[in-house]
Amino acid sequence: MPIKEDHTITADTFLAGIWKENPVFVMLLGMCPVLAVTNSVINALAMGLATTFVLLCSSTLVSLLRNVIPKEVRIATYIVIIATFVTITDYVIQAISLELYNALGAFIQLIVANCMILGRAEAYASKNRLLKTLTNSLGMGIGFTIALLSLGTVRELLGNGSLLGYSIFGEAFQPWVVMILPPGGFIVLGAWLLLFNWIKERNAALTLANERGTS
Amino acid sequence: MSPDSVSFIFLNAFLINNFVLAMFLGLCPFLGVSGKLNTAWSMGLATSFVMLISSLSAFFINELLVYFQIEFLRLICYIAVIASAVQLVEMTMKKFSPTLFRALGIFLPLITTNCAILGLALFQTFKEYDFAQSLAYSTGAGAGFILAIVLMAGLREKLELADLPNTSKGAAISLMLAGILSLIFMGFAGLGS
Repeated sequence: MPIKEDHTITADTFLAGIWKENPVFVMLLGMCPVLAVTNSVINALAMGLATTFVLLCSSTLVSLLRNVIPKEVRIATYIVIIATFVTITDYVIQAISLELYNALGAFIQLIVANCMILGRAEAYASKNRLLKTLTNSLGMGIGFTIALLSLGTVRELLGNGSLLGYSIFGEAFQPWVVMILPPGGFIVLGAWLLLFNWIKERNAALTLANERGTS
Repeated sequence: MSPDSVSFIFLNAFLINNFVLAMFLGLCPFLGVSGKLNTAWSMGLATSFVMLISSLSAFFINELLVYFQIEFLRLICYIAVIASAVQLVEMTMKKFSPTLFRALGIFLPLITTNCAILGLALFQTFKEYDFAQSLAYSTGAGAGFILAIVLMAGLREKLELADLPNTSKGAAISLMLAGILSLIFMGFAGLGS
């Protein structure tokens, strides 16, 4: 018996990816590109857009084909679909900007191995209609890009004293080189998670205090 | 040591440019399965076995693709080989060690989307390594992955007993730890030159 599909699209379908189920900060998916290419804002932005593009295309196709793909080979099919779109993206970026292509290196092709995209295909696109899937994927893509940008901004600002290549702090600033090196990626992401934990804890404490105050 | 020698390539993948701590590959299992030392060790072994198989297959596939001039199919072929290798490991493990199979859970099929494996295959192609060099590169990367995940698991087991503030529990402190480990591994830069 087929599972009954729920077609209603709410604001939550879109917003889930940005805050409540943010692929990076909450679900810790697709971490490799998040840490590897966020040493500058422009790399982070390009990576975020490329991933969003692949995510949208692959979930569209998976959603359209969801009743055709046999259950046993679904993962392999999804991977091949994703790999096709990644190959396209790879060639497109190479054509647009060779400089960007060299900066991102193998990480464009490694979008194939981004578990967020496969996770979306398996958990969402294979169960929902096209429009709903698209809304959700767009939210996820934007959430992913925001996460990349929030890391890229901090790392470029502290590690290089600049934003998008423009110097912010002037000549006297002594850059924290470690921030653009690998350890900086781990530490900055850890710091963001600490901040989110703190916000969540404070909100929980506030609601608790409010409940006590009203009763 | 010359940069093309087999021993240097091994050392490079193992310590200097450790796949996990310096190149950010394979972070999902590194953060996800490093809770216990035993599981971390078996996950490391399974991953490096898949690395070895897929790197060697990737070498021959690339030769074929170049021969027929269809390099644009490279990514699709590589990922198909990796997916089959993972399937093989999964079936073997289910037969010989069902306990381990259950302990690794969802992370076993997820080896397919472990970017360390695909990354390894892609990097060895970009660097145009010959067969012996590819072999050294993949064993080095596998050993490096085991080293990183086992170190992390050891640290996290100690962390269980530590008195942490609530805010920093979970992923946040693990990432901070990984940052410190990564700093330590930066000390290997320049080794062997």
